[in-house]
Amino acid sequence: MISDITLGQFFPGNSPLHRLDPRCKIILSVLFIVAIFIADTPIAFAFLFLVTLFLIIISRISAKVIFKGIKPIIFVVVFTSLLNVFLTVGKGAPLVEFYFIKIYTEGIVRAIFMSLRVILLIIGTSMFLTYTTSPITLTDGIESLLSPLKVIKLPVHAFAMMMSIALRFIPTLVEETEKIMNAQKSRGADFSSGGIIKRAKALIPILVPLFVSSFKRADELAVAMECRCYRGDINRTKLVKLEYKIRDFIWIFVFALILSATILTKFLPDMITRASEVLDILFYHI
Amino acid sequence: MEQKDIFIEVKGLCFTYNDDAGNNSPDASPALCNLDLKVARGEYVSILGHNGSGKSTLAKLLSMILIPTSGEIYIDGHLVSSPDISDDEIYEVRKKIGMVFQNPDNQLVATVVEEDVAFGPENLGIEREEMKKRITEALEMVGMTEYRRHAPHKLSGGQKQRVAIAGIIAMLPDCIIFDESTAMLDPLGRRDVIEIMERLNKERGITVLNITHYMDEAARANRVVVINDGEKVLDGTPKEVFSHVDELHSMGLEAPQGKELIHALNKCGIKVSDDALSEEECVEAIYSALIGD
Repeated sequence: MISDITLGQFFPGNSPLHRLDPRCKIILSVLFIVAIFIADTPIAFAFLFLVTLFLIIISRISAKVIFKGIKPIIFVVVFTSLLNVFLTVGKGAPLVEFYFIKIYTEGIVRAIFMSLRVILLIIGTSMFLTYTTSPITLTDGIESLLSPLKVIKLPVHAFAMMMSIALRFIPTLVEETEKIMNAQKSRGADFSSGGIIKRAKALIPILVPLFVSSFKRADELAVAMECRCYRGDINRTKLVKLEYKIRDFIWIFVFALILSATILTKFLPDMITRASEVLDILFYHI
Repeated sequence: MEQKDIFIEVKGLCFTYNDDAGNNSPDASPALCNLDLKVARGEYVSILGHNGSGKSTLAKLLSMILIPTSGEIYIDGHLVSSPDISDDEIYEVRKKIGMVFQNPDNQLVATVVEEDVAFGPENLGIEREEMKKRITEALEMVGMTEYRRHAPHKLSGGQKQRVAIAGIIAMLPDCIIFDESTAMLDPLGRRDVIEIMERLNKERGITVLNITHYMDEAARANRVVVINDGEKVLDGTPKEVFSHVDELHSMGLEAPQGKELIHALNKCGIKVSDDALSEEECVEAIYSALIGD
C-alpha cells in the first residue's frame, strides 16, 4: 500500500551516527562530497572506500538497505561507464581495437573512478543524512546552519517551517489520496489497467479533489497557527535545542583530515618522484 | 451576572461576509446581526445553532480572524474590535483565548506529539524548562502522556483532537473556544473531548465556549445560547432553553431526546413534569407521571 512509504528512508536507531548533531552531519557530508570529487588516484579511492565501509559498519544499517538505495542509480552508473569506456581517447595504443571501437586504458580507469565516485557519494551522504537523521531534525539543522543568511533578509525560518509542515502533511495527504482513490474505485474507476496514458488520465479525478482539499487544509492550518500566536520567528523559543558536543567537533576534525589526506594523494606520485630525485642527487654526491 | 467578572462582552455585533468581488455589498444577508452577549470568567457556555446560523462566525470574530462589520467586542475589558487594532494587540488577545477547531488534522503542525504541544509555548517565547513542564502537564490533562513521542498521523481522530487541546492548554489561556471540535469524532472521541472540556472548566477555572450542534452536549453546559440566522434567540440555563421545544423546532433544532419525548407526551395529554433534562431525570419524570396517574 502507498501508506507504507517511509519518510526519506530514515531508520531510527542509536548508533554513533544517529547521535551526531544534524548540523555536524550536514558539514560532514559536504566535506565527504568534496573529498570524493577531488580524489583521482587509486589510493585515494581505496582510502575513501574504507571510510565509507567504516561508516556503514558503525551505523548498523543492513547491507540490504544500502544496496536497495543504490539500485535506482545502477542504470545511470552503467550507462556513464560505458560512455566513458568507449568514448575516451587515450594517449597510448588502444587496448582493444574492433572496427571503429577503440578501448583505451584511460577509458577503463575513468569509468571505474566515475562509478566509484557516484556510488560512494550516494552511500556516504545517505549514511549521514537520510538513513540516520530524522527529517525533522534535518530541517532544524538546515535552519540553524542557514541562520547567518537572516542578515541578508533571507526568510530562513519560514523556509524551515514550510519544510517541516510539508513533512508533517505527507502521511495525511497519502491517506487522503487513498480515500479518494477508493471513492473513485467504488464508482467504477479503473486505475490498474490500460496503457500508461490511460493510467495517467485516470489519475486526474484523484489529483483535482486532492488539490482542492490541500488548499482548504492550508487555509485552516494557517488560521489555527495564527490562533496559537504564531508570527514567524519573532521572540520565538524552541523546545529542541541543537547543541554541538565534543564528539561533533572530533568528527569534523577527522573528516577535515580525510579531506586533506585525499588532497595530498594528488601530489603523492609527484612528491615521491621528487623525493627520489633529491635522494639520487644526495647519493650521487656521496 | 452583572457583579461577576465579565470576560467576553459583545455589543450589537454585526458581520456580513464580503461577496466574491470582495465588496461589502449591503444586500448580502448578514451572518451575524445585532448580537449581544456577555460571558463571565469561568463560565461554561454552549453556543447552539444549526448550520449557517452564524455560530462559527462568532468564534472567528472572538479569535480575531474576522473583523466585525459593526459593533464592539471587549475581551478582558479591552476593546478589540476596532479595524485598526495593532498586531501586538491581536497577539495579546490570542494569548488569552485559545481555539480548538473542527478538523484535528488541520491544526497539528509538528511530526511529534510533544513538539506539536510545544508549538504554542514556542511562539510565546517560553523558556525551555518551563515549556517542558507545561507540555507534561497539558498531556497529562488530556490523558495523552504515553503518546508523547508518537507521530500525530498515527493517532485516532479523538486522540488527535486531544493533542490539539493539549497544545492550547500549554499556552495557559483564560478561555478556550471549541468550534465544533467534536463534529468529526466518533462517540468515544466526543465523550473524551467533552470530559476534558468540563475538567478544564471545573479544575482550572478556564472559561469554556463550546460551539456545537449536538443537543446533548449543549445540555451539559451551565448556560446555553441559541443563535439562529445571526441573532441570539434564547439564552439561559439548559433547562430554560430546552423547555422551548416548539421554538427550537421552528429553528430546525431539537431538544435532547428525553425532553422531546416528554414534550410529545404532554401534547398527547399525558402530563409529565417539564423540569427534567438529563436522561435519568426524564426517565424518572415519565415513570412517575405514568405511575402517578
